[in-house]
Amino acid sequence: MLIAARVAPVTRHIGLLPSVVVTHTEPFHAAKAIATLDYVSAGRAGVRVRVSASSHEAAHFGRRDVPRPNLRDRDLRDRDDPAVRELTAGLFDEATDYVEVMRRLWDSWEDDAEIRDAATGRFIDRDKLHYIDFAGDYFSVKGPSITPRPPQGQPVVSALGHGPVPCRLIGRSADVGFVTPRDAGGARDLVAEVRAAQAAAGRAEDTLHVLGDLVVFLGEDAAAAAGRKRRLDDRAGQQYVSDAAVFTGTPGQLADLLQDWQLAGLSGFRLRPGVIPDDLEAITRGLVPELQRRGAFRTAYAAGTLRGLLGLGRPANRYAPAGRSSS
Amino acid sequence: MTTPRKQIHLAAHFPGVNNTTVWSDPRSGSHIEFSSFAHLARTAERAKFDFLFLAEGLRLREQNGQIYDLDVVGRPDTFTVLAALAAVTDRLGLAGTINSTFNEPYEVARQFASLDHLSGGRAAWNVVTSWDAFTGENFRRGGFLPQEARYERARTFLQTAWELFDSWRGDEIVADKESGVFLTDPGAGRFAHSDAHFGISGQFTVPRSPQGRPVIFQAGDSEEGREFAASSADAIFSRHGTLEDGQAFYADVKGRLARYGRSPDQLLILPAATFVLGDTDADAQELAREVRFQQVSGQTAIKFLEQLWNRDLSGYDPDGPLPDIDPDPGENTIARGRASVRMHRDPLAIAAQWRARAEAGNLSIRELIIEVTGRQTFVGAPATVADAINTLVQADASDGFILVPHITPGGLDEFADRVVPLLQERGVFRTDYKGSTLREHLGLAPLPAGTAAGREAAS
Repeated sequence: MLIAARVAPVTRHIGLLPSVVVTHTEPFHAAKAIATLDYVSAGRAGVRVRVSASSHEAAHFGRRDVPRPNLRDRDLRDRDDPAVRELTAGLFDEATDYVEVMRRLWDSWEDDAEIRDAATGRFIDRDKLHYIDFAGDYFSVKGPSITPRPPQGQPVVSALGHGPVPCRLIGRSADVGFVTPRDAGGARDLVAEVRAAQAAAGRAEDTLHVLGDLVVFLGEDAAAAAGRKRRLDDRAGQQYVSDAAVFTGTPGQLADLLQDWQLAGLSGFRLRPGVIPDDLEAITRGLVPELQRRGAFRTAYAAGTLRGLLGLGRPANRYAPAGRSSS
Repeated sequence: MTTPRKQIHLAAHFPGVNNTTVWSDPRSGSHIEFSSFAHLARTAERAKFDFLFLAEGLRLREQNGQIYDLDVVGRPDTFTVLAALAAVTDRLGLAGTINSTFNEPYEVARQFASLDHLSGGRAAWNVVTSWDAFTGENFRRGGFLPQEARYERARTFLQTAWELFDSWRGDEIVADKESGVFLTDPGAGRFAHSDAHFGISGQFTVPRSPQGRPVIFQAGDSEEGREFAASSADAIFSRHGTLEDGQAFYADVKGRLARYGRSPDQLLILPAATFVLGDTDADAQELAREVRFQQVSGQTAIKFLEQLWNRDLSGYDPDGPLPDIDPDPGENTIARGRASVRMHRDPLAIAAQWRARAEAGNLSIRELIIEVTGRQTFVGAPATVADAINTLVQADASDGFILVPHITPGGLDEFADRVVPLLQERGVFRTDYKGSTLREHLGLAPLPAGTAAGREAAS
């Protein structure tokens, strides 16, 4: 969060999505922090909501117990274990409530609530501020936010989905879902899963992007790229694995793969550079020009906000009466 | 040789949500856009101020059961703005108010350690406490704290945070590519803390920051607050800005330090102060009167009166006399989310004083409220204000001031241009930063390396 804020004034176009651990943090704090990131970045803020089922993270807060000790994020994919199912269902329901609270808090001020009316001495029109009065199974929050509605209205909400339960969160609550397919077929299945969850949540008409996660090691040729990864594996004494697929190859080969997976239904990709800064530079200097050559990636920013870059309009405020103007 | 004179410390307070700000002034800008924060911070840094200060309140204030609408309302998240300001300033300290009741030590420590890294050692934490269920309604943990337990929680909160800051000694990261060793000690950051308020353990993920920990400020004025400051704070943000009041407070708080094995220079006393400048003293006095009149509108005067009276007084004429009825001495229910309400400890006695003052001066409600609600601390031509500030500091009424402009964001510009050079000429204010961290600006000794105190308990 603070890193995103620190880089906001030194960048102009790129979106910034810090992670928020919804299991342990206060939705009121998170909502105003993301709203403020939207102010300091002039409309480029988003958030990735993350559930934590690990007992070691719970111990940092000491506020609640996680029912099963030593359950790691990775184990959450073990859908056959009833304990995992019960735990994840509860944690992800809580995450859904958390996003709902953030969204209500972002809307808790109408856009034109600040009036500075010298005649009546009023700085705000308090009829345009709203209690959110959220009461759920996990927490309740009164509102309104202490921070006015952010420039984008609703900053972009994203989540990573490894299985049906997180996909349901994406379908219900997110603007962007990250998935971790192993191949084009996997990408197709995951997109279908998100779309089904989206339809089940009654959001079939909403824009919801599904982005594929990929760890990348790039090289001049395929052997060089594989050699770079192998050298690190040898050094570590074990093969590097990730929740996402690990790609080794040339920028051209990566461009082929991305376009192939895009045909499977993904809107785009979240690339995780294998080595920073080397692979980040290979992405920006090798992959990006290659995709641009193929007409598959922008050559200039066409919008000033992150929502704009993602083709998301500026949403109406849920609390503003129909017909009341929202700038 | 004359005795070396005390160096003055100055800070800029981005105005909070109260009637200091004359928002109706055409020069008054946004209180939420980042450009306003950047403007004030750059002005403060240009003037070589010690730090910029942000207040925080976690629920919008209400009066008569409605959101209070006469003052500036709405502000950004403290950590987020300070981290962004770190990108547009190089030396200025960045001080944020963070509540110890509605946060957890692990995340606050993580955020301050991060801010200290991101700013190169410029973070400060104004530790505030609250207990009210009203604010608690915005939080998942609710308003659970008995009022008398709030300082105890604050103390243990701070102690717990210190253990986290100290869980890294500061020399563990070697990142040696040849040997493949990143950390000399894989246990770096381990902690375990257990007391009545917090039972936490694990590994703190932020390596030791440039200052070791943020500079600690305290703002409370109660007996418990003063004691808390004497035991734990590096600076105290007081309300006592006049000579006698300031000297008494200064002597009292500095006198408490020895009990904690601390010396007087380890705790700075920094009162909040407002100012109005003019080309001549008479101009400034005239301008100050106008500002006071704008700060206290008729509606605002009635609202202030209600806060003492603890009654709905909306039927009274602000240009008429004070109410005949007495304040309701019961629990104050008229205004919520406002710290100053709790300072009216004997409303009947204060009301009697106000009546006497109004009768003696033939003052209306509005005129009286203008009189009794803090006139500007420094009013005059630049030389007058510079002398007044210097006199108070040299007389041990304070170590400096936290200045609150009444116009956002440009209200400090004139002070920076006209008063600061005079203080520099008198040799009592820096002409450039000598160090890079806030501790250095404040003349506080560097902290020893982390003790990794949690290590033993955690292993």
